[in-house]
Amino acid sequence: MENQATYNYKVVRQFAIMTVVWGIVGMLVGVVIAAQMVWPELNVGPWFHFGRLRPLHTNAVIFAFGGCGLMATSLYVVQRTCNVRLISDGLASFVFWGWQAVIVLAAVTLPLGYTSGKEYAELEWPIDILITLVWVAYAVVFFGTIAKRRVKHIYVANWFYGGFILAVALLHIVNSMAMPAGALKSYSAYAGTVDAMVQWWYGHNAVGFFLTAGFLGMMYYFVPKQAGRPVYSYRLSVVHFWALIFTYMWAGPHHLHYTALPDWTQSLGMVFSLVLLAPSWGGMINGIMTLSGAWHKLRTDPILKFLVTALSFYGMSTFEGPMMAIKTVNALSHYTDWTIGHVHSGALGWVAMITIGSIYYLVPRLFGREQMYSVKLIETHFWVATIGTVLYIASMWIAGVTQGLMWRAVNPDGTLTYAFIDAVKATHPYYFVRFLGGAMFLAGMVMMLYNVLRTATVGRPVDAQIPVVHAHA
Amino acid sequence: MESLYLLIPLSVLIALGIGAAFWWTIRSGQLDDLEGPAHRIFHDDDMPRKANENEASEQKTRD
Repeated sequence: MENQATYNYKVVRQFAIMTVVWGIVGMLVGVVIAAQMVWPELNVGPWFHFGRLRPLHTNAVIFAFGGCGLMATSLYVVQRTCNVRLISDGLASFVFWGWQAVIVLAAVTLPLGYTSGKEYAELEWPIDILITLVWVAYAVVFFGTIAKRRVKHIYVANWFYGGFILAVALLHIVNSMAMPAGALKSYSAYAGTVDAMVQWWYGHNAVGFFLTAGFLGMMYYFVPKQAGRPVYSYRLSVVHFWALIFTYMWAGPHHLHYTALPDWTQSLGMVFSLVLLAPSWGGMINGIMTLSGAWHKLRTDPILKFLVTALSFYGMSTFEGPMMAIKTVNALSHYTDWTIGHVHSGALGWVAMITIGSIYYLVPRLFGREQMYSVKLIETHFWVATIGTVLYIASMWIAGVTQGLMWRAVNPDGTLTYAFIDAVKATHPYYFVRFLGGAMFLAGMVMMLYNVLRTATVGRPVDAQIPVVHAHA
Repeated sequence: MESLYLLIPLSVLIALGIGAAFWWTIRSGQLDDLEGPAHRIFHDDDMPRKANENEASEQKTRD
């Protein structure tokens, strides 16, 4: 029987722990493939090859680490801000176990070579169907809980989470349309340039709604709560939400500059990408200014450090993104490691750090403790993660610009100045620095797991009482 | 090129859907108060104080 007097913390706890576990798994695979770029002899056999491990890395960090983090925090925030328990414990439990099944199936099928070949959507059709089922259940739990809320106003974080859930459902279904040709083989419903455009409509909006809107939901709850200050401008947060979801949908073509895609579509994608800077920076400033009057807390509170550094990286990568979408800049940056650096400035700096901060906020509360087992270890984690991220991004900037310049260099007679291998050789040292940065970030996650497990063992799992609802102010 | 025949109507439909949702938020009074909700999350104290008090008293008895 569901206990209506308490919140459902069980599913939040499960997702929170698995966020850290999958974070380590996904980032370990990332470090392995980074090492393979430095030492190619590490590409052993077909299962342990870069080509098969790379999609495993992206799926694990985005959908396993990021996905579990989003589910843990959204199911916590929706309960606390709506002042009501999740509508169904059974369905919540199905979301958890179903999502873990998807992750395990991905970890098995991708190294075995089963792939639909669509970036960030590589999983084959039976797993795609399972994802759809789990996602619909997640949407029912989330929106059902909002529907029976005891507070009239829906807090802005829930808007971001809700937008993320709906958009990802739509993106997944449209992009994964395929004709099965066997138990683990299918052909996309789209072909050629159409397939490419649908793929990047999906790919870019996955960044916009999964990796941005969802984590902004996290930001709008955990930054104010941890700082102990209301969000700088609630009005701006509402504008941020609507402006962001209106604009993101159109920016996908910037992934296909100078391809067979019609030129005007590329230019349209570029213009919308530039427009995106406005809502992104509005949100970033709103988050950071939430600390005005509480800046001193940054000195002593490593969780706040994680959250605010995440916002800084969010600002940085949402400036870099529109800049790289400008066609002339893209002519230099596209297909180089600059793109990889940009992605990781968002992925490590923004997505991972905001998640790590939020999970550090959650874990003591889920286990009836006042704070984490070791606050000092959070501080160490913060510095290791930040230095790791900076090493990663800086090395990929240098590598990317070097590659771009070497590829386009021509002699006076019109022949290419450099062979492709010259650029590979020039990049080699930066691949090593990237490997170091990634390894540092992974080391931080291991510290986190230790800290979380110690907190869990000194505490005990609790389901907090639902406080009596305050009169609507 | 054909992809645009799918994606542009789809994007316009989504934009209309978003517009409808925005219309609902205004009509239903979600945006009537844009100050209070920011403070409301602080009325909800999610610190597990009880457990700590018990533990503190336990520690005292141990000392």
